[in-house]
Amino acid sequence: MAARFLHNKTAVATVTIVLVIAIIGIFAPFIAPNDPFKADIMNKYAPYSAQYPLGTDNLGRCILSRLIYGIRPTLGLAVLTMLGTLGLGGLMGLLAGYFRGMTEEIIMRVVDVMLSFPSQIMVFAVVALLGINVQNVILANVFIKWAWYARMIRTGVMQYRDKNFIQFSRCIGTPERFILIRHLMPSIASDLVVLASLDIGWAIINISTLSFLGLGVQAPTPEWGAMLNEAKNVLTSNPTQMIAPGIAIVVLVSAFNLMGDALRDILDPKEVNA
Amino acid sequence: MTADIQYKIKKETRLRAGHHFVYALLRALSVVVLITIAVFFLMRLVPGDPAVMVLGEHADEAEIQKLREQLMLNEPLSKQFAAFLGNIFLHFDTGDSIKYGVSSRDLVLQYAPVTLALVAYASVITVISAVILAFLAATHKDSLIDHAIRVIPAFTQGMPVFWIGLILISVFAVNLGWFPVGGVGSGMGGFWHSLTLPAVTIALGQIPSLVRSLREQLLEIMDADFVLTLRAAKIPESVIFRKHIFKNAFVPTLMLFSVNLSYMIGGTLIIERVFAVRGMGKLLFDAISNRDFPLVQAVTLYCAVFVVLISLITELIAAKADPRMRQKEKSFGNNAG
Repeated sequence: MAARFLHNKTAVATVTIVLVIAIIGIFAPFIAPNDPFKADIMNKYAPYSAQYPLGTDNLGRCILSRLIYGIRPTLGLAVLTMLGTLGLGGLMGLLAGYFRGMTEEIIMRVVDVMLSFPSQIMVFAVVALLGINVQNVILANVFIKWAWYARMIRTGVMQYRDKNFIQFSRCIGTPERFILIRHLMPSIASDLVVLASLDIGWAIINISTLSFLGLGVQAPTPEWGAMLNEAKNVLTSNPTQMIAPGIAIVVLVSAFNLMGDALRDILDPKEVNA
Repeated sequence: MTADIQYKIKKETRLRAGHHFVYALLRALSVVVLITIAVFFLMRLVPGDPAVMVLGEHADEAEIQKLREQLMLNEPLSKQFAAFLGNIFLHFDTGDSIKYGVSSRDLVLQYAPVTLALVAYASVITVISAVILAFLAATHKDSLIDHAIRVIPAFTQGMPVFWIGLILISVFAVNLGWFPVGGVGSGMGGFWHSLTLPAVTIALGQIPSLVRSLREQLLEIMDADFVLTLRAAKIPESVIFRKHIFKNAFVPTLMLFSVNLSYMIGGTLIIERVFAVRGMGKLLFDAISNRDFPLVQAVTLYCAVFVVLISLITELIAAKADPRMRQKEKSFGNNAG
């Protein structure tokens, strides 16, 4: 597996990019050249310089520092969203696929309905009605996404639940919990990893969109979507302010998308035997 | 004898089509009902008094009581719910806006036309360019055009649509001055002219996935045996394309487009905000910041019903155009059971 991973250039490159971005985010206070909140109003709209490598925004704050601090909410919230989605969707999918019968019928009917929900509009509705804060943004995104995972994981579980190794395990009296966690979970893990890394990109875009609309992370917290919202207000006077946060989003999302594709190639069982 | 069999087959097909229609209708209805329920209970889940949240902490006690009366918050939950459902399903009444004091339905009807025009404009751009690009890519497979058409979307997929909008504004509106920066122009020409940039922005978000799917479909069908047979029979290439290949690629593309339409409506609301278009997006986001709960509920419901209706219609068109789609339901049911 490790050799296959190192062999795949896209995988190595994208994982490196994501890790570097994450590390920069974690060590933001040591790396950022300036305080992301400190407004230097005399120097607003400053061009690129040694003191402000990416210039300053409409309040004279260092754009690079804000970008670096912005990694934390952007990436952190996306990861939290995916963990929530995987947790809820995974649980429902496992239960439906393994226990069948009534459990499955109920869960899958709910999933059917959730999949026909107009998702983007429901996100707005959930955030609007529950109140605008970060916690509700995550809730809303998990709410509209879990059903996809439930269905996917159920299909995966159904492929494995009647395989010999699981039947044998059941035969010798292994508890259901053990079968679910130690036999079924590892079998479907690779599918999940691929799907999750593709969808983190989706989550990043969704969260930054909500912040851009003023429904997510609130100013003055540096978040890429919120930074673009501020840039929008000064679009005519300082059009360059929107470039850096936008490119940051594109790089991170593309890295996750390409990583998902590469991981799929690596983890594809058909290739392993070849 | 043959006539008898033919009659039986015909009858059976009609029956199955009828089943399909009922099934699709029931599913659409259940989604609408569930969305209604969700929209109702989401507001009640909020900790604290909605009336206080609307009017603020320091509002007059009498004012708060009045609003509580208006929102029926003093009644038991079951009664509120019954009234809410009754008003919606019997009178098509989604309650009055708190901020504007008029019926939310009238507000939606007033703001909806711009949004519908924008969605229609964007759909036309999307479909025309997707068909042309996919056609080019499929007929020139593995050429430079094909690669370009396939590689560029990989990058655009990582772009937030609102950012594309900002770039288009700064290039075509601020720098070149070809289009207005925002708002809706007056007169027929001005109206469509001012909607061009937003429509293009929305379309740019939709085109990649549509092109990719349509290209795959076209390639698959172009390789099919029946196309080879048609070629062997010296049917003109243009006829094969028009009557056979496109017809086969139409239904899957339509289905994908209808799935995307749900995102497109959501995207339109966002893009309206970027371009300061006074449509449903403005109504919704203003309602959110004013904590105008009935209006938020109304806009959500109307948008959701619109999306559900469109997907119901496309599903029925697809079933009509391609008999294989009617069979899908059955195999799907088998998988589920």
